[in-house]
Amino acid sequence: MKDISIVLCGEAGQGIATVEQLVTGMLKLSGYHVYSTSEFMSRIRGGTNSTLIRISDEKSRSAFIDRIDILFPLSSKALKHLENRISPETIIIGEEGNIAEEYCPNKSNIIKVDFTKIAKEIGGKIYTNIVSVGIFLALFGVEETISKSYLTKRFASKGDTILQNNVNACQRGSEIGNKILEDGKIKIDLKKDDSVTNYLTLNGSQAIAMGSIAAGLNFISSYPMSPSTGVLVFLSQKAEDFGIVIDQAEDEIAAVNKGIGAWYAGARAMITTSGGGFALMTEGLSLSGILETPMIFHIAQRPGPGTGLPTRTGQEDLQFVLNSGHGEFARAVFAPGNAEEGFYLTQHAFNLADKYQIPVFILTDQFYLDSHYIIPDLDLSNIKNEKQIVKTNANYKRYLLTDNGISPRGIPGYGSGLVNVDSDEHDEEGHITEDVHYLRPKMVEKRLFKKLKLLKKDIIKPELIGPTDYSILLVGWGSTCSAIKEALELSDRKDVAFLHFKQVFPLSDDTAEYLKKAKKLIVVENNATAQFGKVLTLELGIRPNDQFLKYNGMPFSVEEIKEFIAKL
Amino acid sequence: MDTSIFDMPHETDVAWCPGCGNFSILKIVKQALTELNIKPEELVMASGIGQAAKTPHYLKNNVFNGLHGRAIAAAMAIKAANPDLTVIVESGDGCSFGEGGNHFIHNILRNPNITHLAHDNMVYGLTKGQASPTSQFGFITPVQVQGVTNEPFNPLALAIALDAAFVARVSIADQEKALEVIKQAISFKGYSFVDILQPCVSFNKVNTWKWFRENVYYLEGSHDPSNRTEAFKRATEKGKLPLGIFYRNEKPSFEDYLPVYKTNKDPLFKRDANLPQLQKLIDSLRQ
Repeated sequence: MKDISIVLCGEAGQGIATVEQLVTGMLKLSGYHVYSTSEFMSRIRGGTNSTLIRISDEKSRSAFIDRIDILFPLSSKALKHLENRISPETIIIGEEGNIAEEYCPNKSNIIKVDFTKIAKEIGGKIYTNIVSVGIFLALFGVEETISKSYLTKRFASKGDTILQNNVNACQRGSEIGNKILEDGKIKIDLKKDDSVTNYLTLNGSQAIAMGSIAAGLNFISSYPMSPSTGVLVFLSQKAEDFGIVIDQAEDEIAAVNKGIGAWYAGARAMITTSGGGFALMTEGLSLSGILETPMIFHIAQRPGPGTGLPTRTGQEDLQFVLNSGHGEFARAVFAPGNAEEGFYLTQHAFNLADKYQIPVFILTDQFYLDSHYIIPDLDLSNIKNEKQIVKTNANYKRYLLTDNGISPRGIPGYGSGLVNVDSDEHDEEGHITEDVHYLRPKMVEKRLFKKLKLLKKDIIKPELIGPTDYSILLVGWGSTCSAIKEALELSDRKDVAFLHFKQVFPLSDDTAEYLKKAKKLIVVENNATAQFGKVLTLELGIRPNDQFLKYNGMPFSVEEIKEFIAKL
Repeated sequence: MDTSIFDMPHETDVAWCPGCGNFSILKIVKQALTELNIKPEELVMASGIGQAAKTPHYLKNNVFNGLHGRAIAAAMAIKAANPDLTVIVESGDGCSFGEGGNHFIHNILRNPNITHLAHDNMVYGLTKGQASPTSQFGFITPVQVQGVTNEPFNPLALAIALDAAFVARVSIADQEKALEVIKQAISFKGYSFVDILQPCVSFNKVNTWKWFRENVYYLEGSHDPSNRTEAFKRATEKGKLPLGIFYRNEKPSFEDYLPVYKTNKDPLFKRDANLPQLQKLIDSLRQ
């Protein structure tokens, strides 16, 4: 077995996230590649949620899979919730009351452990989860020195008794785990890789937030909305260290207008929101278009319409982001497929927005943001922040007409000039004009055509994965990358390749070469209308031949894409 | 007083109707700025949409003429990004209290160090004469054909109820007194709000220059602006409208609370990404 898939399933508030954090942390320090992702209901207590933890001996299996090798049901409804994913090979470790046997196709794979009783013996029901952590650690041979120091770091502040109880609970779990191994019920054959111990653990929200820090972000105003809030929370925690103005806005309309005001005054600003919040920001987006003020939008997609499925995933807002905002102006859209891309693309987005004085989007989704990745490093040596602010003189004109369409951007209070920006159509000085014969067309050309022309020369190209002499090409964007990539590797097809787009707008014209080469072009998207397929048609005049779409609020699993590829 | 450093070129095409109260407001704002020795390049005037919102275009300063109702939001951010700037919001009653009501409420609570001059003519001018939030009960318009049935919005009472930092009302029919209050508002540290009563000569035939002279009076010299209960009582009086500084409540501003300025007073544009600190953060993710 090259990778083991373990699922924890129970109610919100039962501490699944704590187990996830402890286990992934300790397994990483032991030299395993670990990835985890969660699906959960929009509630604080109760319901049924599950977390998938994948442990492997080779790099980055950071995709969702249906297969469950070991399952820990923590509530009576857990097995029913995962009915479709439990196979005869799935080993189920849980206590009597949580094992609904009608959902266990192979009774001999049930291992009953009286977690509650053990926990109570130690000091209370609260230690139940740590007993399961202990089982994990034994199964994967995590050394006691690692687990002890990790638990100490985590629980020392809560006092000696609580720390000792946790160590004891973990110890009891380990004993059970060792017994399971001795009985031969589970055999884990994964090689440890020492280099992994020095890797970074981070989730998608952290990748975006740290990318913005790398870009010199110093202002964020946002209104909390799942699944975008993680970015705001992380930046708030780090605000003092990095000098970031944090403002929880009264509404999303305020947030975007504040972001634009901050850029106008020389800050590097971003908002983070989801589709519904962005809907309120669209007039502000249009404002950044006419003011030619840079602006960064992080849009964390979740299924709509309306409130939709607040805590679930989808790629439904691409067309919305591309077409939102009244009037016509240039914009760029990025969609990271993994933690590294999230970090570097976000940092790049600020430079692009600053250089061309346009709104730039980072389009993620719940699956991406709530995934915990392990990556070798984030390299800061090539990070360059190109601030494009000029010192003004008395003759300064904010909208000076130039050959390439970019007017040097001054800010108030830096230089002797005045910086006038206006949401009305304006003259070069930024004052209201209704000169429809000369200035209006000039300003439209500047904001739209000239900037788009520059943007097209400054594009992050898509990445081709798989054989170069393909006849079938799968096209994906953003968070579907890992699942498509892994499915393709497992399929071992010489005629199928995958083109992963990290920049989804605008597209460079030479992208067409990749697409034309394929006899069959198939888009794979987490939406119901093949939104990126439409971008290909509109921008490059290429119509995909087929599409593989998923729109139930869950990410693609590796298995379903593999199955799709097999039928090609 | 020579206010010409704020003067736009003579040929500037001003879009206001002859006799509009905005001309007088513009004049005294220039005067206040000159007397307070504020330099045009260190001043940002933010506005939204409407006839009042065009004011920033008619004097020399940095202009942020944004969206309808959103001037306060942008102004608060401009001040937070660069506290060295003097930031003034000038917008009308529709922009300030209708479209922008939520920002008005929350920035009173947030207390950024900006000044909000609301041109209050009790009517929508630029859209040709519909009711505004401050239109008086019974005011007949092309839309409110039977007369306004809403209670008029009372920005002073609202601001005092929310414990705003500086709350005043002036009438542009008395420029001398208006100038004095506006100067105090601009000098005040915190969110200083001035409701400026002004006539709309084209669309409000009820609240005219004459009306604004006859239906106002000044708060007595004995009025204690630190007394919130009294201030609220005066703000909610029926009949003639009191003028003057109703309430004054000095407290730390939004910027005072920002950790970014605790040890480093540089405005944000002078700062760069802290990559060594980020490297530390990255390294902390290895455990």
